[in-house]
Amino acid sequence: MAIWLDESSKVIVQGITGSEGTKHTRRMVASGTNVVGGVNPRKAGADVDGIPVFATVGEAMKETGANVSVVFVPPAFAKDAAIEAIDAQIELLVVITEGIPVQDTAYFFAYSRETGRLSSTNERSSTRIIGPNCPGIISPGKSNAGIIPADITQPGRIGLVSKSGTLTYQMMYELRDIGFSSCVGIGGDPVVGTTHIDCLRAFQDDPETDAIVMIGEIGGDAEERAADFIKSNVTKPVVGYVAGFTAPEGKTMGHAGAIVSGSSGTAAAKQQALEAVGVRVGRTPSEAAALMREAARSANVSGQNS
Amino acid sequence: MDLFEWQAKELFGKYAVPITRQVVVTTAEQARAAAEHLGGPVMVKAQVKAGGRGKAGGVKYAATPDDAEKHARAILGMQIKGLTVHTVLISEAADIGAEYYFSFLLDRGNRTYLAMCSAEGGMEIEQLAVEKPEALARVPVDPVAGVDEAKALEIAEKGALPENIRDQAVDVIVKLWDVFISEEATLVEVNPLVRTPDGQVLALDGKVTLDDNAAFRHGDVHDAYRDNSATDPLEVRAKEKGLNYVKLEGSVGIIGNGAGLVMSTLDVVAYAGEELAGTAGKGVRPANFLDIGGGASAEVMANGLEIVLSDPAVKSVFVNVFGGITSCDAVANGIISALGLLEGRGEELTRPLVVRLDGNNADEGRRILAEAGHPMVEQVDTMDGAARRAAELAATGSGA
Repeated sequence: MAIWLDESSKVIVQGITGSEGTKHTRRMVASGTNVVGGVNPRKAGADVDGIPVFATVGEAMKETGANVSVVFVPPAFAKDAAIEAIDAQIELLVVITEGIPVQDTAYFFAYSRETGRLSSTNERSSTRIIGPNCPGIISPGKSNAGIIPADITQPGRIGLVSKSGTLTYQMMYELRDIGFSSCVGIGGDPVVGTTHIDCLRAFQDDPETDAIVMIGEIGGDAEERAADFIKSNVTKPVVGYVAGFTAPEGKTMGHAGAIVSGSSGTAAAKQQALEAVGVRVGRTPSEAAALMREAARSANVSGQNS
Repeated sequence: MDLFEWQAKELFGKYAVPITRQVVVTTAEQARAAAEHLGGPVMVKAQVKAGGRGKAGGVKYAATPDDAEKHARAILGMQIKGLTVHTVLISEAADIGAEYYFSFLLDRGNRTYLAMCSAEGGMEIEQLAVEKPEALARVPVDPVAGVDEAKALEIAEKGALPENIRDQAVDVIVKLWDVFISEEATLVEVNPLVRTPDGQVLALDGKVTLDDNAAFRHGDVHDAYRDNSATDPLEVRAKEKGLNYVKLEGSVGIIGNGAGLVMSTLDVVAYAGEELAGTAGKGVRPANFLDIGGGASAEVMANGLEIVLSDPAVKSVFVNVFGGITSCDAVANGIISALGLLEGRGEELTRPLVVRLDGNNADEGRRILAEAGHPMVEQVDTMDGAARRAAELAATGSGA
């Protein structure tokens, strides 16, 4: 199962002909992802390593049956690219691009909510957006939509959700012997399409996930909201880590959304909120990994190779 | 980017939001001239990007140009919340009949916009939200639908703005929405929005935050309003080199790849410093935040090292790289080339460098660094261990 992305996923790449798009398309293919097409209106009919390039997302979906799109286009064009994919009713849209103006993201996120899609069961559902400013989602051994390195971990039964790319990789690597069902980098922007809560809900419902690691950082109140959600909805063990205890007030720390404003958005408040609902929070990434190892042992989560 | 009050109100003026006439000055003599030019009583207002200016004595009423000069002299150079006042705003004094509060902002949690409106203006919004939450209307605004007159009326009604000014308030709200969207702000706040005794509605103070990510569409405004006077000179230099650097007050220089990992590195170094405290390590803290991104090429590494080592407080440097997309052998070669580049620039490494490489091809990366055998470079395999080592070196080393 994993969440949102598995071996049946058919992936297209918006911006496949750009240098980042091409590079990461190759990496996705190398890690076993079924990349069925790319989109660039000016290069329709061309191909990248034999992967056909289409003029529009709609055309690519019609020709290939794609249900996932990964966006690599530059910030100035990202809003139009996202809206095109939402209009084409793609199921999952992974926006890697960093530096998108937040009003563009707020617009295409709201637009996705209002542009419902009729699913096979005749229920209205929206395009799920992951990102922007994120490394994407990987279900190890099944599919990889984005830029997460696939060879640093292996398939297993831990679910991982994180705002940060490199901390995602660090945690995947630390727990590579146990392995992961899916790892989702939700992105470090102030507005993101998929939240910690969305991932927690999906991992709770996923029969192939036994335990969850949640990585947060300063800014906003997503971790506090996640804590509330965990309290009443998550029965699987959750281990947390929060970055940015030493961040000064009023300074943006790399990610556009990582800022302590006044007394809100602090790492301490997030840690407290998580611990108050029984989530064990590591002081360092390694300590969080050790806590997960302990939780996995008591929950009898085993690695594939152990 | 947060704007000064005078910049915020200048933007308001561009969108025909009613404001009082204003002049920005940097000397007391200019303040007098400005008051003479405006004619009549004026307000003399310290321009710093912080709240509580009034309480700090940074906002004064001046009935005459003499008073304006006197107040400006007192306010210029004043410290308000650690910020020095370099400019003052001279604006026409308005008679105030009633004070209201209004803002548009990005609501991160709900991933939408929020209009906040209250008939109880003048006090700090944080205080109002705590003391009279029922008096502060919070109205979600759909980013797709936006704000038209009907929506503006809904906001004004929910904020209980009095009926006798409602038409004017609706007009102002629609114009403020125009400012918010057209300038790509994440905050547009008017506090107070006032009604004068003769029934005019005016924005007497303004606060605007512009989205840095949108600078490419608003280069003129962002360039004109950028203020480097309060920014650390190293941060300015780093920005020119395209580096994501934040100056902090410690002695362990930090370089890492990825914002989250670097934030985490700062924390781990601070913990190591705390553990050392009581012995030699008292006060060991991270000196900076520096994210060199996923690539970690030699040139970016060299630029990063140069910036970090320009901080005289730095006694040791911790380079913390997780090889994900870029494998560790490439990073190790990058570090060695970077040290060569630095030496070429006449900046030989004189302070110890602790390197932690982990992730893709870590063994090969470590081997490359070990073979290079640079006398100032030391490797530690774990992040926590390397942080401890860097803190120790900062605590005991005399540095350059």
